Amino acid sequence: MSSTATTFDSAAPPEAGPRAFIRRLRHGDEVAHTITLVFAASILLVTSTIVYELWTNSHLSRAKFGWNFLWTRVWDPIFDNYGALPYIYGTLVTSAIALVIAVPLGLAAATFLAELAPRRISDGIAFLIDLLAAVPSVIYGLLGIFVVVPLMRTVVGPVLKRTLGFLPFFQGPNYGVGFLTAGIVLSIMVVPFIISVSREVLLTVPRDQREAALALGATRWEATWKVVVPWARTGILGSVFLALARALGETMAVTMVIGNATVISASLFSPGNTIASTIASQFTEASGDLYLSALIELGLVLFLITFILNGLARLLIVATERGGQHA
Amino acid sequence: MKRNILLVCLLLGLAAAVGADSTVLLNAAGATFPAAIYTKWFDVYHTQHPSAQINYQPVGSGAGIRQLAAGTVDFGASDVPMTDEQLAQSKVKVLHFPTVLGAVVPSYNVAGVSGDLNFTQKALAGIYLGTITKWNDPELTKANPGVKLPGDDIVVIHRSEGSGTSFIWTDFLSKVSDDWKNKVGKGASPNWPVGLGGKGNDGVSGLVKQTPNSLGYIELVYAVQNNIAYGKVQNAAGKFVKADLAGVTAAAASSKDMPDDFRVSITNAPGAAAYPISSFTWLLIPAQIPDAAKRDTIKAFLKWMLADGQGYNEGLTYAKLPQNVIAKESKAISLIQ
Repeated sequence: MSSTATTFDSAAPPEAGPRAFIRRLRHGDEVAHTITLVFAASILLVTSTIVYELWTNSHLSRAKFGWNFLWTRVWDPIFDNYGALPYIYGTLVTSAIALVIAVPLGLAAATFLAELAPRRISDGIAFLIDLLAAVPSVIYGLLGIFVVVPLMRTVVGPVLKRTLGFLPFFQGPNYGVGFLTAGIVLSIMVVPFIISVSREVLLTVPRDQREAALALGATRWEATWKVVVPWARTGILGSVFLALARALGETMAVTMVIGNATVISASLFSPGNTIASTIASQFTEASGDLYLSALIELGLVLFLITFILNGLARLLIVATERGGQHA
Repeated sequence: MKRNILLVCLLLGLAAAVGADSTVLLNAAGATFPAAIYTKWFDVYHTQHPSAQINYQPVGSGAGIRQLAAGTVDFGASDVPMTDEQLAQSKVKVLHFPTVLGAVVPSYNVAGVSGDLNFTQKALAGIYLGTITKWNDPELTKANPGVKLPGDDIVVIHRSEGSGTSFIWTDFLSKVSDDWKNKVGKGASPNWPVGLGGKGNDGVSGLVKQTPNSLGYIELVYAVQNNIAYGKVQNAAGKFVKADLAGVTAAAASSKDMPDDFRVSITNAPGAAAYPISSFTWLLIPAQIPDAAKRDTIKAFLKWMLADGQGYNEGLTYAKLPQNVIAKESKAISLIQ
């Protein structure tokens, strides 16, 4: 591109010198650049501040327990002995249950809304879904207590025991509250995220992709499943990880239905606890310094789990994109 | 220019307002259990003495102690007396003043049982330790002749969050069972050997109501206000006592050896009428208050609380302090300097 061009191209190398700077300033480029840079940097600042605060304030606990904190099964504020394993287990198990239920459900619903439903119905339902995503979590907790818990105790639990009772996941006493109930309530909470984002992504798939598949003789279902969904894969994965992030960090709704016991059990009927719910339950009454420090270290562990899972998500996206190019 | 004049006028007005009104503003934070009576007291006291205004944040006993120790509030409140270690670490020297009494009661949901169940001390400790697992355990059937108890498992329910209620409950269990004392101990959020956790009194009573064959513990105030049935507990004299406000005050009066710093546990108190799972709740006041206006206000409030204030207790189902404690506290007010 020649330097005599009168229009500004963002891809062109920036001109040097104060006059050029002023010219760019007048056109707003420099201002926009600075403002967006500051906002982007503020995210870095917030993240690093959180990590720094969690790191320094968990000093006592880290010094006393070291790495053992991660695989100790005891949480005893009276004898000042702390380990995070039951809560790490509870966090991962409930989030996994939530995704196992919510991903197929959300993806199927999003596909129907984007591909098959008439536009008017699709838009109407999308509005309701966005509404669901904004419902406060305590409401989902109440829904859990009054609807899901009794249903689990009287219907779902006994049926699972009768049909799948030979698996270790569905043995032991069924109180109605526990890992499975928490996972189900979480899945109800995260499904709107998956549907809403996936539907938007599916709608952005270019029309000619669909038409090309149909022209080649594909049925409507084949065009959707083999062309449209793979095209939107990255965005759909993004929606799943947004859902996972919400499930990992959910506090209130989980506390209300998980049974709040420091337990590691293969049985999904067993009561348990998650990291976020433990912090919320115990923070206000935490009196000793080591106790407080251990709770803060729990926060650090949750941050680490989220960090690792997000990293894996990035890798997965990169891997599937490469796979897509080869196909 | 015009704007500057306006600003000056505004500032002058503000200064005049501050000068004329010598309101003493006090900030307090702590226990949630006595929050209802404290809010009532502070409100009534403010209407009677317009110059004194006290803000109370019910953030929990542990948070109240932390905020007081850090010096971010004027005084704190707690359902649990501060430990020697906490007192040593605190930046300010702290005095304890008992304000009202609370009790914790066992609440249950057993199919076919309608009347009050009797719980021996051994039974409660065994159930919460997980050594007594069935409703028809001899320890329970012996204490409840004529009641047909089912052979089902007992579903044990406790508080999920750290709470003064759990402290009182585990303090009682520690006194009546050496096993409990050595394995679990007393605290606001102990490492429960068995059971499910419910959030708050409403969470526990909700779980008890929903879960067949369950047993939980709730505050007496909550049980009375919500008409929830609860059982009798065996006291130190061997009698089965059903908790009521008089029984709680009796427990407090029967503990003769009130220490000078008021840090006392009255669970399992002697006396035939004493209800065994009860406790004081305390205001935590700094011993040195440099600001004279604040100091005078706090002292005046404490005097009022021990006299007129106690009259509001029973309307809100809190038990009154016994006379001997009131007399001792009235003297202790002079320690605030």
